[in-house]
Amino acid sequence: MPFLTVKDVFLHFRGVTALYDMSFQVQAGAIHAIIGPNGAGKTSMLNCISGVYRPQRGSIQLQDRDISRLSPSARTSLGIARTFQNIALFKGMTVLDNLLIGRHVHQHTGILGGGLFYGLGQKEEIAHRELVEDIIDFLEIQHIRKKVVGTLAYGLQKRVELARALALQPRLLLLDEPMAGMNAEEKEDMARFVLDINEDRGTTIVMIEHDMGVVMDVSSRVTVLNFGEKIADGTPEEVRQDRNVQDAYLGEQHETADM
Amino acid sequence: MGVLDQLRGDDTFPKLLVRNAGRFGERTAMREKEFGIWQSFSWREVHERVRDFALGLTALGMQRGDKVAIIGDNRPEWVWSEIAAQAAGGASVGLYQDSNLNEVLYVIDHCDAAFVVAEDQEQVDKILDMLDKLPKVKNVVFTDSRGLRNYTHPRLIAFEAVEAMGRELHAREPGRWAESVGRGRADDVAIICYTSGTTGFPKGAALSFKNLLSMALALHAVDPKLPGDEFVSFLPLAWIGEQMMSLSAALAVGFTVNFPEEPETVMENIREIGPNVMFAPPRIWENLTSTVQVKIMDTTPFKRLMYGLCMPVGYRVADLRFQKKPVPLGLRILYRLATWGLFRALKDRLGFTHLRSGSTGGAALGPDVFRFFHAMGVPLKQIYGQTEISGISCIHREDDIQFHTVGTPIPETEVRISERGEILSRSPAVFLGYYKNEEATREALADGWLHSGDAGYLAEDGHLVVIDRIKDVMQLADGTQFSPQFIENRLKFSPYVKEAVVVGKGRPFLTAMLCIDMGIVGKWAEKRRISYTTYTDLSAKGPVYDLVQKEVDQVNETLPAAARVRKFVLLYKELDADDEELTRTRKVRRAFVEDRYREVIDALYGGRGEVAIDTTIKYQDGRSARIQATLLVRELGPGKAA
Repeated sequence: MPFLTVKDVFLHFRGVTALYDMSFQVQAGAIHAIIGPNGAGKTSMLNCISGVYRPQRGSIQLQDRDISRLSPSARTSLGIARTFQNIALFKGMTVLDNLLIGRHVHQHTGILGGGLFYGLGQKEEIAHRELVEDIIDFLEIQHIRKKVVGTLAYGLQKRVELARALALQPRLLLLDEPMAGMNAEEKEDMARFVLDINEDRGTTIVMIEHDMGVVMDVSSRVTVLNFGEKIADGTPEEVRQDRNVQDAYLGEQHETADM
Repeated sequence: MGVLDQLRGDDTFPKLLVRNAGRFGERTAMREKEFGIWQSFSWREVHERVRDFALGLTALGMQRGDKVAIIGDNRPEWVWSEIAAQAAGGASVGLYQDSNLNEVLYVIDHCDAAFVVAEDQEQVDKILDMLDKLPKVKNVVFTDSRGLRNYTHPRLIAFEAVEAMGRELHAREPGRWAESVGRGRADDVAIICYTSGTTGFPKGAALSFKNLLSMALALHAVDPKLPGDEFVSFLPLAWIGEQMMSLSAALAVGFTVNFPEEPETVMENIREIGPNVMFAPPRIWENLTSTVQVKIMDTTPFKRLMYGLCMPVGYRVADLRFQKKPVPLGLRILYRLATWGLFRALKDRLGFTHLRSGSTGGAALGPDVFRFFHAMGVPLKQIYGQTEISGISCIHREDDIQFHTVGTPIPETEVRISERGEILSRSPAVFLGYYKNEEATREALADGWLHSGDAGYLAEDGHLVVIDRIKDVMQLADGTQFSPQFIENRLKFSPYVKEAVVVGKGRPFLTAMLCIDMGIVGKWAEKRRISYTTYTDLSAKGPVYDLVQKEVDQVNETLPAAARVRKFVLLYKELDADDEELTRTRKVRRAFVEDRYREVIDALYGGRGEVAIDTTIKYQDGRSARIQATLLVRELGPGKAA
């Protein structure tokens, strides 16, 4: 059974159709890339999976469970975490605090419980901190642990955002352009982290990415969108050979070249 | 009677570890920061881990006399592997963690390593890539399994797995460990230390336990450490200086060695530990000085005021002490106030509150940096020595510090100057010889003295003054002698100049190629609203040239008129060890640089005002980029007579 099944998803905003009967499947343990030209509907698709948008038609299933009607927070509890194209962190807080907030969904001691039985809350805190420290170690951000996020370089903020998503201990990780705006070295680091997360933690990853080199290197399967429609789906090699894909990418280039 | 007698027969690292485990037991031997917490290892635990790993190596087929190569950042496992290799009857060979493939291949092959202990995926990849060229290597042991899950190489094995094999062997043959340690002799080769070498392939200096321990104890006699002292290990363990502190001295005295979380967190970790003893090359002290100065520029007016009031008091006291003059009562009271007002807080910020002994070595350190630390009450001393003498032969004494000297010899060490002006030394710490290189050994140890290759002289009060490498003392076309490194160091004392290469051998006059310090010059430019994009762009700006010219003029005034820098350029990129322009210890490889920047040098002597550069540089990952730039040649006036 596929890990994630997107079936006939149809999404439009006041006359603009963002996704037109989109269907694809993500296998458990895969690194699944979604690519396509600007405005193809990639981020809309990710938003439908994470629950930010609610498609007018179609269904989204996580394993055997239909999650189409669930709120974003309910989906988070089921183990879906994401990062954003534009970094969405609490800029005034430290890296550590941002990560601990990522643990909020797994926090069970309430204000009352924690107030009355201090030991209970403390024990939970320690467990959360341990988990967060493990992620800090994993993503090699020890040196910025106590730095305020707003003061960090862009590439590092991206890494912190990934760390915060990992703090949710997701089964499915959605990455929206994790390497956008990075230099070659940062990209290489990020690609290695994506692979390590997938291998060491067994997390299934759905990733939007523009850097074709990275997509071809790390992903096990690629879905190509164009104007809200799926035009190809397959292994990186198959997609590279696909006629439609070449038209969608190269065709555009011909047009611009003609202008 | 030698200094070694105080060890009472515990004259190898493994024997000392066994002694310390018995003597100190649960006291902390090492700490490593991991997961945000300082994790401690007691002497008993360290002893057990080393025992298990050593017996594990034996179980894997390690013979007495085998070499174990170790590569990775400073971690407890690095030190454990070394002592374990020695306990199993072998020697350890440290590799610099940022060595490139060829360097790694050369050293592992040359030292005949039977085992390689590599820290993580990065290092394991380096070794596995070349394993078919390394037939003598039996196994590659890794300490951090991150990312290695899918590696199934038959010769690759985890550190823990080796330890488990060792535990099994220990259970079967409980007497084996004591017997193996007992067979070690003080004259056995303990480590082979490959020196970076400014030319050609590195040479492996073989050092015995006796060499290492006699040096550590002789130094201890004049710069004492105490059991329970804290030390932070952050310089490459492949380097003799770090070996001397983290192994020889730590084992002989029994102080605690702390390993930082990551290379990036070193300064933060030093502050957390508050070391009693610290040893660092000049660049670390220089960085600290410039960091403080930059931060003071950015701080609140009140703090700036305090800094402005207190530092001069500190400087006056420090200067009087350097001149060995009494400090008047009034000044002493002011100094006490300044300590409360500033120095205490400043030292706390740097992590130097408990620092009893700080030393610098490897290259010259500017007087300004010396004065800066002494002003705030951090006792900074210069040391001098070579790998071949186990690290150190001379050090400043607490009450006798002179900027231009490297102090006086440590006990059991003789220093004299040869007829050609070379520094010679003799002590029990002088090495056994270069591994598999008898010719070089004969040269280095001619007539029983260690030939340093350094030019220097002994001052009247017995202090040693080092001028430069003998082969680097050069002559201009008219026969004027000059030491490029001496001038370069003076130039580099300027905060704006990061690297300097002085050219002039066989030429009519001296010229310099300088690299600006991007951080500090960048900040300077921002303050003056000078916009810039890249390093290349910034270093081509006219105002930046003016800024650096002032610094060069200042240096020129201290130099004899014939040996002044007449022209300079600012290079379009920083010199980099990855481009083979610097050695791993950041010394300029002169011949290579002069060849590489031939066009620039031609322009300097050709009377042209600028030189167009079109070159490709290669990045660490193998990609290359094209740089096109125009360098200006700045000519300096003859200046006032010195």
